[in-house]
Amino acid sequence: PMIGFFGRSMARETGESGETKSTKVKKHKRRKSKKESKTRIVHANILYDLTKGGDNPNRHYANNKIKTTKYTLLSFLPKNLFEQFHRFANVYFVFIALLNFVPVVNAFQPELALAPVVFILSVTAIKDLWEDYRRHRSDKEINHMDCLVYSRNEKQYVEKYWKELRVGDFIRLRCNEILPADVLLLSSSDPDRLCHIETATLDGETNLKQRQVVRSFIDLDCEFDPFKYNSVIECEKPNNDLNRFRGYIIHRSGRRDGLYKDNLLLRGCTIRNTEEAVGIVIYAGHETKAMLNNNGPRYKRSKLERQMNVDVFWCVVILLVMCLFSAIGHGLWMFQYGDKRPVFDVLSPEGTDLSPVVSAIYLFLTMIIVFQVLIPISLFVSIEIVKICQVYFIHQDMELYDEETDSHLQCRALNITEDLGQMQYIFSDKTGTLTENKMVFRRCTVAGVEYSAVNQYKIEAPNLTVAPGAEPKPNGPAFCPNTLPSLFMYHSEKDITPDPQLMDKVNECSSQMEFMRFHSQPLNQIPPDLCDIFDFFIALTICNTVVVSSPNQPRQKVGRPTTRNYLLSSPSAESTLTKLNEEKRPEHDLQHAFSPTRPNFEKTKALAQDECELRYEAESPDEAALVYAARAYKCALVGRLPDQVTVELPHLGKLSFELLHTLGFDSTRKRMSVVVKHPLTEQITVYSKGADSVIMDLIRPGTDDCKGKRQRKILYKTQNYLNLYAADGLRTLCIAKKVLSKEEYASWLQHHLEAETAIQRREELLFESALRLETNLQLLGATGIEDRLQDGVPETIASLRKAGLQIWVLTGDKQETAINIAYACKLLDPEEEIITLNADSQEACAVLLENSLHYIQAKFLCNPRPDPQAARDYAGIHFSSPVCSPASSGHSSPFLVHRLGLVIDGRTLAYALDKSLEDDFLAVARSCRSVLCCRSTPLQKSMVVKLVRNKLKVMTLAIGDGANDVSMIQVADVGVGISGQEGMQAVMASDFALPRFRYLQKLLLVHGHWCYSRLANMILYFFYKNAMFVALIFWYQFYCGFSGSAMVDQWYLIFFNLMFSAFPQLITGTLDKDVSAETLQELPQLYMNGQNSEEYKPYMFWMNMIDAFYQSLICFFIPYFAYVDSDVDLFTWGTPITTLALFTILLHLGIETKTWTLMNWMSIGFSIALFFTVALCYNASCPTCFSPSNTYWIMQKLLGDPIFYLLCVVTPIAALLPRYI
Amino acid sequence: MMASSYNAKDEDGHHPGSVGSGGPGAVKSKKPDNTAFKQQRLPAWQPILTAGTVLPAFFMIGLIFIPIGIGLLVTSNNIKEFEVRAVAIATSYCVIRALCSYTAPRTKDFSNVFMYYGLSNFYQNHRRYVKSRDDSQLNGDKSSLLNPSKECEPYRTSDKKSIAPCGAIANSLFNDTLELFYIHPNGSRIAIHLVKTGIAWWTDKHVKFRNPGENNNNLSIVFQDTSKPVNWRKPVYELDPSDPDNNGFINEDFIVWMRTAALPTFRKLYRIIQKKKDNMTPTLPPGNYSLEVIYNYPVRSFDGRKRMILSTISWMGGKNPFLGIAYITVGSVCFFLGVVLLIIHHKYGNRNNNADIPN
Repeated sequence: PMIGFFGRSMARETGESGETKSTKVKKHKRRKSKKESKTRIVHANILYDLTKGGDNPNRHYANNKIKTTKYTLLSFLPKNLFEQFHRFANVYFVFIALLNFVPVVNAFQPELALAPVVFILSVTAIKDLWEDYRRHRSDKEINHMDCLVYSRNEKQYVEKYWKELRVGDFIRLRCNEILPADVLLLSSSDPDRLCHIETATLDGETNLKQRQVVRSFIDLDCEFDPFKYNSVIECEKPNNDLNRFRGYIIHRSGRRDGLYKDNLLLRGCTIRNTEEAVGIVIYAGHETKAMLNNNGPRYKRSKLERQMNVDVFWCVVILLVMCLFSAIGHGLWMFQYGDKRPVFDVLSPEGTDLSPVVSAIYLFLTMIIVFQVLIPISLFVSIEIVKICQVYFIHQDMELYDEETDSHLQCRALNITEDLGQMQYIFSDKTGTLTENKMVFRRCTVAGVEYSAVNQYKIEAPNLTVAPGAEPKPNGPAFCPNTLPSLFMYHSEKDITPDPQLMDKVNECSSQMEFMRFHSQPLNQIPPDLCDIFDFFIALTICNTVVVSSPNQPRQKVGRPTTRNYLLSSPSAESTLTKLNEEKRPEHDLQHAFSPTRPNFEKTKALAQDECELRYEAESPDEAALVYAARAYKCALVGRLPDQVTVELPHLGKLSFELLHTLGFDSTRKRMSVVVKHPLTEQITVYSKGADSVIMDLIRPGTDDCKGKRQRKILYKTQNYLNLYAADGLRTLCIAKKVLSKEEYASWLQHHLEAETAIQRREELLFESALRLETNLQLLGATGIEDRLQDGVPETIASLRKAGLQIWVLTGDKQETAINIAYACKLLDPEEEIITLNADSQEACAVLLENSLHYIQAKFLCNPRPDPQAARDYAGIHFSSPVCSPASSGHSSPFLVHRLGLVIDGRTLAYALDKSLEDDFLAVARSCRSVLCCRSTPLQKSMVVKLVRNKLKVMTLAIGDGANDVSMIQVADVGVGISGQEGMQAVMASDFALPRFRYLQKLLLVHGHWCYSRLANMILYFFYKNAMFVALIFWYQFYCGFSGSAMVDQWYLIFFNLMFSAFPQLITGTLDKDVSAETLQELPQLYMNGQNSEEYKPYMFWMNMIDAFYQSLICFFIPYFAYVDSDVDLFTWGTPITTLALFTILLHLGIETKTWTLMNWMSIGFSIALFFTVALCYNASCPTCFSPSNTYWIMQKLLGDPIFYLLCVVTPIAALLPRYI
Repeated sequence: MMASSYNAKDEDGHHPGSVGSGGPGAVKSKKPDNTAFKQQRLPAWQPILTAGTVLPAFFMIGLIFIPIGIGLLVTSNNIKEFEVRAVAIATSYCVIRALCSYTAPRTKDFSNVFMYYGLSNFYQNHRRYVKSRDDSQLNGDKSSLLNPSKECEPYRTSDKKSIAPCGAIANSLFNDTLELFYIHPNGSRIAIHLVKTGIAWWTDKHVKFRNPGENNNNLSIVFQDTSKPVNWRKPVYELDPSDPDNNGFINEDFIVWMRTAALPTFRKLYRIIQKKKDNMTPTLPPGNYSLEVIYNYPVRSFDGRKRMILSTISWMGGKNPFLGIAYITVGSVCFFLGVVLLIIHHKYGNRNNNADIPN
């Protein structure tokens, strides 16, 4: 009862907050209370003159102007800076730059020291500014779109900009127009008072959704006149729940009508199939549900980044140690001179003498400034740049592009690409992820008799390559709607060859019915078998929410064979209630229900010829499959209206079922029902369709002997067949019906209407109402639907498993189906043993877990070599084999993966996930090669992922396609959505969206590996580079009295990281490939590299540090000895060191780079050229500007010095010599 | 040198079906472009370090470096350098005599001989010391002359007059005078002519350092509102009264001092002994010389040492055998490693060949 629970808690919350608010409000003026009360009251604007303003009660509500920009011109600088300073690194660097302004400790020219921070800040600011400008542009565009608004003065609809729209305005919407705000539908040109909308922009679902005109306005015959409208709408405060809207409309007469989600048109949706609609704006601008749902992208921190932060911390420690060392050194150096002040020990600017201790403290701060490069300021920026490039390349990969749906991989989270290379556990949904989720009706059993429908396999093959809609038909391509990609067009489902035996029975049945209807005989004379078959197909056809459309006008609804009068008389539930009391009505209905005799016979005839052209758009593929199956048996759905379903039958022609209620599918009930009035028997019939486990429990065989016996027999047989179907890997659904007497219906309806009109707890009440109705059902039959595996799933799973990934499948399907699919996709191996956990209670579960744990330990742990071959050898041996000694099992790791499969069902899983058992469960599960959780709820899926992630400390990936996978996707380290058949919710929640499961292989094995190894290497290189450079200055401290002096000119020091050495590593970080894509895919074992974090182990940081220190020693001391005791000056000596360091660093990168492309050569060339160009220009530009360092003409002088060249050759080679070995 | 493999893929024919979906008037699809860059298939060179590539590299480095090193060592050894350690004596004014025998000249000694003074333990690279100067004042800027930069503190003003040149570097100018005499075998002392110009960088003398007051040759007027550095005995415009082109800020001894040394033990060019015009007699004929030092500069406070160095220079500068040794060392290490690896490779190489993963 998940939904019920949520509904309740939500209701409680709103209720409470409302109460507290209203008590507060009472103290205030009335006007204010209106604004703050828990509901929103909307009046029509035309009742008030806007020009006068003041008294319009809607004026407090947000208008329709949207502003998604973060900044204004004025607020940009302070706000952006404030946001950037949330990053700790930025604060640190600003602190250091500011430290430079303190005269006693400054190391550089203060203005110059600001340069890197200002550079980084401004790059980020410019990026933000540009993004904000883009938002501003699009806002402006959206705000200036046109819509028709009723004007009070001109008494007609006039064009206005979207931004001028206000709550309470009447707007007229035309076909294909985008809704400017959340609008309550008051009138529609559609005779059924419907309005179809496409919600693709909100949830990505491309099927049409029906919206209804508010009940009290349905009966309006003439065009809606805004001036006649004088009702008041009271509804919820703006919220972000797309699937909820509650409120009521109060007419002048005092009558209240409920308002539901079906009456509300949401901003951003597109009007389809409806020429014109009129509505009143309820929520506008930022208060619309679409805008409230607009959350920014999520931020996840990758494992590598977490690891990196540890090392950044170590860098800080190293920095402090170095500073402390220097400070102490300086203090001692000062101390040795005692009172004799040497001339070079300059007094402080005030002329006071500094004691060694004070000096040392000042120096400590100075050293922090000098060594600041050790903390890589540009690392964070560089990582972001590299990740963006990586995302770009993943995006561009042709092999991740799906021709069929014209979609490619989407990276929705930009900052966790490298996590893809470190995955250890994959949690996969089954339906739609491993399988196509293109359902094909295969078999059915009706009244205990089994019929199988073989569908034509040959059709499927071409369909895989042909674009949607381009199915080979004589006139198909002419009107194939290529521009409207529809996910719910199924082709293979249609091609069903009906079982001849069943076909005959259907024919027989309908001809008998025809006969009986013609002769006005009661229908119950038909044999129960045939009756069941008839009901079975009727249920298949009408117990769904499928919308019928014709292919040449894909968004045009078809099948409106009934007259308008009829339609207008029936829809509202209240009128149904009244109708029930009148005895005349059913006859009236019946008259109309027999469509063949109706005047528009010609038209329906024509439609019937086109019948095969009809398309069904369903919310779930199962439904579509069933409807297509029914059509194959000549029981075709030809039209669906909110209150009526039309079915065409072989002999009976078109039958119209009055649709009294639809109790939609939900994951808790696992079934849906429709309540219809049967046109032939005039009985009120409930048809239910749902998961077999649920339906079977609701079946009550009749009490009377003969019928009851038959029912029990059917029940028994059907259960057998169901088991068979499941064993074949088919998805099973049970179909049941129930006939209600008028009294029963009336009493149920009473409660149901109460539930429907309730504002609080409405969902919960409706749920209870549905439970009341779906009891004592009569079983009609069951269906078996095949869900084919996606292409390449077994191969992908095999190669992912070879890559060391544990794959768990979490599915809502029943156990047998799930096991079967698992075998089909090679998740389970026939040679494997399977541990099945099915427990009825907590205790039983505990015992089971205990037993299996013992079993595993006894069987495998004694084995010193836990390789699969050996494990298989032991599989047959009794577990007390002599090899197994307690000693050996004691020290071998208890968690090794064996050739074992674990299957656990939802109920047991609930017990196993309990705190007391979760450790046992994990112990069992992790020693199995594959784990299969069946019948699991979305919440359980996410709990399993969370458990594994938190307890085993592993990297988890969740992949799924449906709304039920959303929670799992959000919990996992990396969530992958399959943009498949079940809408876009999973994709919306995911970090990466794939068109197909098999692309996961390349995404993980190739891109994941690359991203990880590139980034890991780049980060390590960054640490190395900075440490190497800083250490140079550190060695120099021994020769300058630890005074914080640097032989590297401050300009080089500050721009070394930022400019001179920045580009090559970015190129390498983006383009380097340690192993080619082909090799990575052929040898999935290489993926373990990333799983074990082998590119970036903690000790590697220290190895790099040691390497950096060695290299800096070489780079420092070779020039030192080359120039020792000579007349060289500070910077003439320091510049070659800088150059050498640059060469060494670039060469080091060269050794690290595995693949050299033109880009690498160019970037390295560019770096060197840039350094020399900058150095030459800087050294020639101004002899006095760059005080206190004066490097005038030094580079020019050096270029004429042969020693400089000699140093440039020998030093990098000496420095890198250990790397070659 | 290294095994390289070009793994550029042929661009065409790899993707059947990609053409089919197009066709006349096809809708623009989101299909990524099949370019080498976007598909990360840029032609690339994959250097693979194997014994076959590394060994020749080692030998090459060894074979190139060792001769270079030997050449450098020989060059360095050809440079004649002669050093006199001056012992600091408590009196502030004294003359140190040093006798030395200058060995037989060779051809190279016909060139100029450079005379350096050396100081040790003098931290001219101290951070606060290095900063303590005002370049624009030294560049002849009038306003800086009278209002020097704050960096000069506490050597910025004295007696409410700005100091010119300001700062600690200028204040600590080396002010010993060194003179060299040739002691003729007959006992007479012949003063050797020491050239005091041409010892600073040309750019320093002509660009960086300039006297204020443009063409005003009377420096005492230009500097009249300034005061001399505290430690100086005479104002800046009296550094070399004899030569107006070597006086004031453009005095070369001053310029050389202002170029702060990199390391605490350093030498600075003091004078040049020019070669004889006839090119026949050596610049410094063999014999005994005496060095006279007018001892002004205190070095005891920092345990400093003063030296006088006479040296010729070669194309690679002063005498320094280190670079030659470095080249020879690196070269021989490489060569040695090459040999060791070759032996290892020869012994065990065959075994590895099979295990190599083909790329």
